[in-house]
Amino acid sequence: MNISRQLVNPMLWSGGPVPGEFYEFPRICRKTESDPLKHTLYPSTSGTSVVGFTYKDGVMIAADTKGSYGSLSRFMDIDRLFKATDQAVLACGGDIADYQFIKDVIEQKVRDDECAGSMKVLDAGSLHCWLTRVLYNRRTRFDPLWLDCVVAGFKAGKPFLGFVNKIGMAYEADEIASGFGVHFSLPMIRDARDKKSELTKEEARKLMRECMKILYYRDCKAHHKYQIADITAEGVKIDVCDFKKETNWDVAFYGN
Amino acid sequence: MALSLEHTEEYMRDPRKHQFSPYADNGGTSIAIAGDDFVMLASDTRLSQGYNVLSRNHSKCFKLTSQTLLSSTGCLADVLTLTKILEARLTNYAHEHLETMSTTAIAQLLSTLLYWRRFFPYYVSNILVGFDEDGKGVVYHYDPVGHMEKMTYCASGASVTLIQPLLDNLVGGKNMKDGRTTPITQDFAKRLIHDGFVSAAEREIATGDGCTIYTITKDDVTEETFKLRKD
Repeated sequence: MNISRQLVNPMLWSGGPVPGEFYEFPRICRKTESDPLKHTLYPSTSGTSVVGFTYKDGVMIAADTKGSYGSLSRFMDIDRLFKATDQAVLACGGDIADYQFIKDVIEQKVRDDECAGSMKVLDAGSLHCWLTRVLYNRRTRFDPLWLDCVVAGFKAGKPFLGFVNKIGMAYEADEIASGFGVHFSLPMIRDARDKKSELTKEEARKLMRECMKILYYRDCKAHHKYQIADITAEGVKIDVCDFKKETNWDVAFYGN
Repeated sequence: MALSLEHTEEYMRDPRKHQFSPYADNGGTSIAIAGDDFVMLASDTRLSQGYNVLSRNHSKCFKLTSQTLLSSTGCLADVLTLTKILEARLTNYAHEHLETMSTTAIAQLLSTLLYWRRFFPYYVSNILVGFDEDGKGVVYHYDPVGHMEKMTYCASGASVTLIQPLLDNLVGGKNMKDGRTTPITQDFAKRLIHDGFVSAAEREIATGDGCTIYTITKDDVTEETFKLRKD
């Protein structure tokens, strides 16, 4: 150990030079490996809200296609939603790299099942359950997958909608949202359900579009282009929608 | 010795680890009351995180065996893991011994499971209810690291500070001139649970939406629900 540190009064003044050591001049920032601010200084690409809800014939789930790099709109055409099997769709908010990693793992799992001649396909309930274990394990190892996952599809022939986040917190519900969707979309969906308990396919699609539009207006990391998955007993249908032409930004010019 | 803190080993870990919190508080409240020949376990059905309501019908009660029920509140990620492990251990036990585990044995097992994670605890408040060796209703209450206490009534979770004093007074007969003289009836317990939850939902944001009451007797487990305020 350095002898100077054992002196009764080692420093000449607080933050000042220490006898027998090199002086670090203030405001000369030396980024070292153990700098605790590293993560926030260099954010990685992330996606914003995911919205999903059940309706009469099945489940609908949507996520926009923007990948943000901090406050920079970095990528405009990124997938955040994919079909795992005919009975399970996964959509993620959070770190895009982690999403693409888990997507690869799931796709390989599904291929393995297929090649092994499995009689059962991976359904949404099983995928959701598996994800809770993977994400909880990673958080316990302090190496989390930075994700908000929404799993939609069918479980034992019934519509299923489940959520898992980076710490392994998981639940099932009839309407699920992540990110800003919790504040904007959930009240809209619950309100629509209070008025009419069973939504038809058309009503569900219209509601989803309205949810994504409100998010686009209010969440600066949201995008006008979005993927929407409709999961029914017949299978999974994924569409890409865009409502840019419908939006009204007159208010932006108000007073100018 | 003048050794500054930031140079010690403890403060030189991987940077990412400081950004991430492995715990969340998902709210939830439960009450348990035991009588001579029954036990009641009730929990609210709100799942929350901060000011957000994530679900309005999420029960915190888990049926472990036909005679034993568990209620877990706190960090939902830990609740799910703990109950999953516990259920697996009970299934293993049932297969090995060809009988279901007794309430007292489950109570000890739960304490052991919690203590295994003493230095990275499950952030969970548990209440376990069932019957003891004499067939009387029992309630076990736990702290997150496995301290266990056998009782006849208790509250836990978000609204514990609002409900426990009520139970101490009306069920335990604490600070009463003669204490409690009559035994607890099912009807009395149910009304008390109802009033407790209605009062807690008035003042505590993590409690509300609805409540499920399970009543265990020698013969069966019955379930009933009532609504709470949704704001």
